[in-house]
Amino acid sequence: MAGVQVSNVSRSFGAHKALDDVSIDFADGGFYALLGPSGSGKTTLLRQIAGFDFPDSGRIAIGGESVERVPVEKRRIGMVFQNYALFPNMSVADNVAFGLSVRGEAKAVIAAEVQRALDLVQLGKLGSRRPHQLSGGQRQRVALARAIVTKPRVLLLDEPLGALDKALRVDMQIELKRIQREIGITTIFVTHDQEEALTMSDRIGILRDGRLVQEGPPEEIYDSPKSEFAATFLGDANILRGDTTGTGIRLPDGTAIAAGAGATLAAGAKASCAVRPERIRIATNAGSADQTNGNMLRGQVSKRIFAGNNSTYFVERDGQTLKVIVQNTGIERLAEGQDVMLSWSPESTVLIAAN
Amino acid sequence: MAGQVAVGSRSGLRSALPLLLPAYLWLTVAIFLPLSAMVFFSFMTDLPLSGKAWSFTLDNYMTFFSQGLYPTLLLASLRLGLEVTLWCVVIGYPAAYVLAKVLKGRSREAIFLLVILPFWSNGLVRIFSWAMVLREGGILDTALNAALPFEINIDLMYSYPAVIIGLVHSYVPYMVLTCYLTLQAIDDSLIEAGRSLGASRLQMLKRVIVPLAMPGLVAGAALIFVPVVGSFMEPRILGGRTGTFYGTIIEDQFVAVFNWPLGAALSFILLAVVLVMLALASPVLKRAA
Repeated sequence: MAGVQVSNVSRSFGAHKALDDVSIDFADGGFYALLGPSGSGKTTLLRQIAGFDFPDSGRIAIGGESVERVPVEKRRIGMVFQNYALFPNMSVADNVAFGLSVRGEAKAVIAAEVQRALDLVQLGKLGSRRPHQLSGGQRQRVALARAIVTKPRVLLLDEPLGALDKALRVDMQIELKRIQREIGITTIFVTHDQEEALTMSDRIGILRDGRLVQEGPPEEIYDSPKSEFAATFLGDANILRGDTTGTGIRLPDGTAIAAGAGATLAAGAKASCAVRPERIRIATNAGSADQTNGNMLRGQVSKRIFAGNNSTYFVERDGQTLKVIVQNTGIERLAEGQDVMLSWSPESTVLIAAN
Repeated sequence: MAGQVAVGSRSGLRSALPLLLPAYLWLTVAIFLPLSAMVFFSFMTDLPLSGKAWSFTLDNYMTFFSQGLYPTLLLASLRLGLEVTLWCVVIGYPAAYVLAKVLKGRSREAIFLLVILPFWSNGLVRIFSWAMVLREGGILDTALNAALPFEINIDLMYSYPAVIIGLVHSYVPYMVLTCYLTLQAIDDSLIEAGRSLGASRLQMLKRVIVPLAMPGLVAGAALIFVPVVGSFMEPRILGGRTGTFYGTIIEDQFVAVFNWPLGAALSFILLAVVLVMLALASPVLKRAA
C-alpha cells in the first residue's frame, strides 16, 4: 500500500489541454474522489496514474517511487472499469485468479486467495458462474475482487457505479466503502456524481478544463468553496454578485450582504457571495423573519417543488432566482406569488473572488 | 390464452412466408435440383444421352476404393487444404489484429481495401498474374537478381509452392474478414483490464484475445478448407504436372473424359469426407469457440 503524488502533470491531445499543471497528494490509505463534468480531465488523470497513458510533463510517484514512464503492467495497481471489463471467456473464479496466475503463483495459493477475495465481496459461492450469468451489481463486485486480489498499491475506480440503478448504487457505495476500510488501500475514484463524491470520500478534488479547481475534505469544499464553479458543482448554491466591501459585498441595488467565511478581499473589487439553499430562512413578512440573521432580501415566490421531506422554493428578486430548501415541518406552506422575506446568517455566506 | 398464442405464432409464419419464399425457391431450383441430378448420375453406368443404354450401379463409388490413386489424391488434397488454411491463419490473423486493434480511421480503410482487392479481381486473371511473377525469368526472378549481388535462379512455376501461393492469395481475405469481425468486437477495456492485472502482451493474446476471437478463426478456417480441398483452377494452372489433385481429377471427369457419373461419385465422396471431418472437429471447435 502506498500514497500517490501527482506533481505538475500536464497532458495534451493535439491542441486540447486535457490536463494542465495538476498537482494532488493522495495520502496512504485515503479514499479520494476526482469530481468534474465530462471533459474536465478526471479520467485522463486516472489513466496517467494507472499508466495507460504517460504525461507530457510532470511527475507521478506511487509509494515515493517515480512511475510516470512505467507502463501499467509494471505499476502494481488495481483498476475497476465502468463497464466492469470482465473476461467473458472465463468463469468468475478464473477472472479473479487472472492477475495471480499471470504472475505465476502456485495453484493452491491462487485458489485460497481467490476464495478470500470472493468472500470479501460476498460472492463466495458464485465462483463457477460465467460473467453473463451475473447481475450488474454482482459483476461490479467481481471486478472489485479481481482488482484487489493481487494486493495492488493503489485501487483506481473509473465511474464504477455509473451503470447501476439508483438503489443498487447506494448499496454498492456502502459496500465499496466497507471493503476499502477493511483492506486500507489507497483508493482514487472518478465520478461526475457529486452526491457519490460527498458520501464516500475522505477528500475530493474538483477538476474543470484540465485544471484542479479545489481539493480538500468534502465538508471543507462544501462549506467554503473557493470559486463559483466549486460552489455550484458540489451541491447547490445561490450566487449573489456585487462589489466587495472587504467583509461582504454590496449588490447593484445597494443592499449589503455580510460574509463570515471565504476569501479576504480588498474593498472595491468585483466579488460574489455563495449561500446554500438549506441555510436560508423564508418568512412571509419582515416581522416574522429571524432578526438575528444578518442578511435579508425581499422577494416573491415564483414556484414551489414539493419533494416529501422538503420543499424547494424559487424566489424572484431583482431579476435573479434564488433557491430555498425548507424542511417539511408542517408549519410553513407558502403559495406561489407570495411576497416573502429571506434571511440567513453571515456565517452561512462565503465570499468568493470574481473569476 | 394458449389458443391466442398459437394463432399469433401462425399468423407470424404466414406473414413471413412471402419473405422466405424467394430464397427457398431459388435454393430449390439452383442447388437442390442440380445436386439431386448429380446424385442420380453418380449411381448410373452412363449418361442417358444420345440414346445409350444405362443402368443403376455402385461401380462409380467402388472405383474410388479399388484404385489407390483416388484415396491418395484425396489425402493430398486434404493436406493441401490444411496447409493453405494454416498459412491463411499465419498471414491473415495478425493482419486482422492490426486492422481491428491498432489502425484507426483513414489508414484502416486503406489497408482494408488492399485486403479485399483480390475478392474483386477475376480468379483467372489473378492466377495468370501469379504465373507471370513465379516463372523463370519472371517478375520475382528478375527483381531478386537485380537486387542481389549474386546470381540466383528462381523458378517456382509448376510446383507445389506455386499452388500454395496462389491458393493462399485467393483465400486469405476470408480469414482476415472473419477474424477482423470477432477481434473488433473485443472491448478495448478488456485488454486494459488485463494489462492492469500485470499480464504481458503475449499472455493477453494467449488467454483473452485468441479465445475470444476463436469463432472468427473457426469460421474462416471452414470457409477456406472446404473449397481448397476441391480446388482445381490454381493446381492446374500454377501446378502444371505437379498440380494433380482430387479437384483436378473431378474436373477431368466432367470436361475431358466425359465420365460424369464417376465425377459425380468422386464429388459426393469428397463432400462426405469433409462433412465427417467437420462433425468430428465440431466438439473441439465448439469448446474453443
